[in-house]
Amino acid sequence: MHLIPCPYCGQRPQDEFHYRGDATVKRPAPDAGEQAFYDYVYTRENPRGWHDEWWHHYAGCRQWIKVRRNTLTHAVAASAGPADALPEATP
Amino acid sequence: MTSRRLPAGGLIDRSKTIRFSFDGRELSGHPGDTLASALLANGVRLVGRSFKYHRPRGIMTAGPDEPNALVELREGARREPNSKATEIELHDGLVSRSQNRWPSLAFDVMALNALAGKALSAGFYYKTFMWPKRFWETLYEPLIRRAAGLGRAATEADPDHYEAMHAHCDVLVVGSGAAGLAATRAAGEAGARVILCERDALVGGGLLICPQHQAWHAEMLAALKALPNVEILPRTNVFGYYDHNLLGGLEQVADHRREPGEHEVRQRYRTFRAKQVVLAAGASERLIALPGNDRPGVMMAGAALTYLRRFGVAPGENVVVFTNNDSAYETALALAEAGLGQVTLADVRPQSELAGVVAARGVQVRLGTEVAGFDGKVALLRPRGGTLGDPVVADLLCLSGGWNPNVQLASQSGAKTRWDATLASHVPGEPVQGERSAGAARGLFGIGAAAHDGAEAGEAAATAAGFQSKPGFALPELGRSEQALAPLWEVKAPGKSFVDLQHDVTAEDIRLAHREGYAHIEHAKRYTTHAMATDQGKLGSLVGAAILAEARGEPVEAVGVPTHRPYTMPVAVGALAGHTSGAHFQPVRRTALHDWHLRNGAAMQPTGAWLRPFYYQKPGETGWAPIFREARAVRSAVGICDVSTLGKIDVQGPDAATFLDRLYINSFSTLAVGKCRYGVMLREDGIVFDDGTTSRLGDEHFLVTTTTGNAAPVLEHMEFHAQTVWPELDVQFCSVTDQWAQIAVAGPKARETLAAAVEGLDLSNEAFPFMGVGEGTIAGVPVRLFRISFSGELAYEVAVPSSQAETVWEAILAEGKPFGIEPYGLEAMSLMRVEKGHAAGPELNGQTTAADLGMGRMMKKAGDVIGRVLASRPGLADPGRPRLVGVRPVDPAQRLRGGAHIVGEPGSGTSLGWVSSVTQSIEHKCWIGLALVENGESLKGQRLFAVSPLHQESVAVTITSPHHVDPENARVRA
Repeated sequence: MHLIPCPYCGQRPQDEFHYRGDATVKRPAPDAGEQAFYDYVYTRENPRGWHDEWWHHYAGCRQWIKVRRNTLTHAVAASAGPADALPEATP
Repeated sequence: MTSRRLPAGGLIDRSKTIRFSFDGRELSGHPGDTLASALLANGVRLVGRSFKYHRPRGIMTAGPDEPNALVELREGARREPNSKATEIELHDGLVSRSQNRWPSLAFDVMALNALAGKALSAGFYYKTFMWPKRFWETLYEPLIRRAAGLGRAATEADPDHYEAMHAHCDVLVVGSGAAGLAATRAAGEAGARVILCERDALVGGGLLICPQHQAWHAEMLAALKALPNVEILPRTNVFGYYDHNLLGGLEQVADHRREPGEHEVRQRYRTFRAKQVVLAAGASERLIALPGNDRPGVMMAGAALTYLRRFGVAPGENVVVFTNNDSAYETALALAEAGLGQVTLADVRPQSELAGVVAARGVQVRLGTEVAGFDGKVALLRPRGGTLGDPVVADLLCLSGGWNPNVQLASQSGAKTRWDATLASHVPGEPVQGERSAGAARGLFGIGAAAHDGAEAGEAAATAAGFQSKPGFALPELGRSEQALAPLWEVKAPGKSFVDLQHDVTAEDIRLAHREGYAHIEHAKRYTTHAMATDQGKLGSLVGAAILAEARGEPVEAVGVPTHRPYTMPVAVGALAGHTSGAHFQPVRRTALHDWHLRNGAAMQPTGAWLRPFYYQKPGETGWAPIFREARAVRSAVGICDVSTLGKIDVQGPDAATFLDRLYINSFSTLAVGKCRYGVMLREDGIVFDDGTTSRLGDEHFLVTTTTGNAAPVLEHMEFHAQTVWPELDVQFCSVTDQWAQIAVAGPKARETLAAAVEGLDLSNEAFPFMGVGEGTIAGVPVRLFRISFSGELAYEVAVPSSQAETVWEAILAEGKPFGIEPYGLEAMSLMRVEKGHAAGPELNGQTTAADLGMGRMMKKAGDVIGRVLASRPGLADPGRPRLVGVRPVDPAQRLRGGAHIVGEPGSGTSLGWVSSVTQSIEHKCWIGLALVENGESLKGQRLFAVSPLHQESVAVTITSPHHVDPENARVRA
């Protein structure tokens, strides 16, 4: 079971969080058209390795935090608040 | 039956006698015995029948690798099948039975399977029982189920308690042999918080059968006891290694007694979050495939030594020990020294440095020799690779094919295993998580080597966890280095040579799997069921892999072994559930009026985590009677209902209106203060997510309500968008569901009732019209009033601080009494909402759009709205989609069923839609329903059929407006 480093609450167990998936997709502008929204809702990479993800600390501070997690090793490299940026890259 | 107990020796308390039963026979043993050792001591040789061939089987091991001695324990509600006799601590009054035999252990009808052995080879079930189909249900399956039964589970509820406990530590040590003890002490003396888990009741592992290290063992235990930062957990098997150094274990708190003490748990599920882990789980001896290697009287060499030394039991008299390595020499020597009978040691290796030593002490050593068969009485010895056998009388055949380090936990942690050619086995590879293996678990054998390795591992683990100090305690001397083993997997000779005794898989089955194309180890495993039994193939998994490798013409290491997964030993589901079962399965949410409902005859209904009144039953009422009474009260006079479970979210801030405009398809920025509005929320994919009314309490202050079931998802949805998509919006919100109780007052007499109860608010239609919001007091309690209706009648909802709910509820009831006010529950509410045509759960089913529900026109013309773009996709905008309509039976006497399909003609295979909700209408005096029907709008007035093939029903129905009652919506505005 994962330990998620919440930027507000510290290391907390995974069962305090809900997972939402890819945190790199951005909601398109309202007039961006159907394809842009289709991609936003449905199209996802399935990376083997580092992945920036949304995790909702619902049983804690209720913030949607960004977590950089390795889908292969399950290692967690970084986390950030909902409107903050994760570090540029993780080797 | 003769006693096999030796006159002295063993870690048993001979001063006390324990009585137990096996298959109804009264037997006795001593404290310290396992069920297996006690059975052996009583001369019981036959303990079970095998799974497929029903071959007689005896005790083969002394631990969790036992494939044969599976027994049913205890009786009644505590009856438990598939327990390993080798793992059960003997206790007074223990009742045990053999399994998988019918009608009795000695005479088993199904043993005829053994004669038909060729037919029951790998994949037999797949191949044979395919045709004709009817034979499967009528003949094959009942037969297989009876034949393959592995014991009987209890049919009564489990009377025992279980609990979970979560621990953190610096260093977790798994296994308490020489390596584990040394690691624990090294880390503990460095100051680390250490937890040591041992699956056995006794701490010591291999030390328990090494009398020469008794002093060191005792000194280590005393030293560990003196360390306050070290916790030792016996009877605790660590069964799983998960992410981020979390390990799971099972502590058998009371399984060594007849039943748990008062208030005592039977088992405790444990989790350990460790900074560092030392895996010192030892090694398992492996089988050699040879004809008859499953006969009663075959035992692993290490197990035989354990029975001799730990339990003071002679596992046999005339013994053949068959080995390819040095370790079995100790068994041969110990057996010879016990002075029982002739001990013959057959070593496949042409030379042995130990041969002279054991020969001098009475063991007949035959080098370069293999055992080519065993029938329980005679072992056939022959020169390695030869053909002619030489019979040797033996009632016990001890096998040692080498030792496999127990790499399961290391492998589960993510570390790849590495092939060690010297051991002919897999050892743990580079760690991925904070773990290291020590001692036999990484292929270092002998007490001295394990202790030195354990001390180093403990020190390294403590250092990695932030503690520094050199271990300063004495360690046993390193023993002599062992002579290399000669890899040996199978002795090929006619007869059944087993690689998996519990599932009856033979070497030939593995070759058959290969011939039939199941050459990958994972395929061969599933095709033959090799290593899939409760012993997880501890004895023979690698042997099977080696035989597969030979068939493929490749080295063993190229084949690999199947992935190791939890659990290393079986765990009862009850233990994992802990106390979260029955009434404690999940928390129950009760409204502030819960006690009033119970006092007043409410039948309570779980809705999600909530308990809500279903209806209030009066004496003599049955069936629908209370529901009709409650609904009639609302339609003709006034009713009162607890609607506190609706989600309530308080939204504030300068951008609150903008935020809500984006969440809902309709506008809230245009809503006047003191008004409320019904709103529909979509998911981003265009499907309806939730609905409810939102009130504007101030310019920058709204109160959103959600459906009961979506209260939490809607809040998360709002949080996601406010925090991540539109962080620039200045808006704050939080759930106030629990802070406010909400009371619906509905019916033609609702205004008169409330007007009498409320102070400080004019409830006249002019002053407080439909969709009005206001504040006042009831019985001195400040309340909010909303003029909204779910029933379709003139109605209000009163919001009151939860602590005052009952005061306000009672005050309204008192004022409604002259009008005949009735409290009403979920069923009456549902009846009236179907009459009124309001969409609810069955219609908001995650597949419907706003247009499907007849609310397409609510979408505002412009502006950013979640779901707007994708709702306009052709598939979702298609006017032919199933659309919400009403249905009524043409013959009012006929009933409708939810889930019935709507078809054009009876017998038509083309479904036009389905009936989503039904009720018995008090206004129409017949069943009515809501349905989602293709092109529903244009079908109104037409006659179609509601068919339910399950009930063999076909009902002619008329398609109507969904508004069965008051389609002009006049009543709510009255």
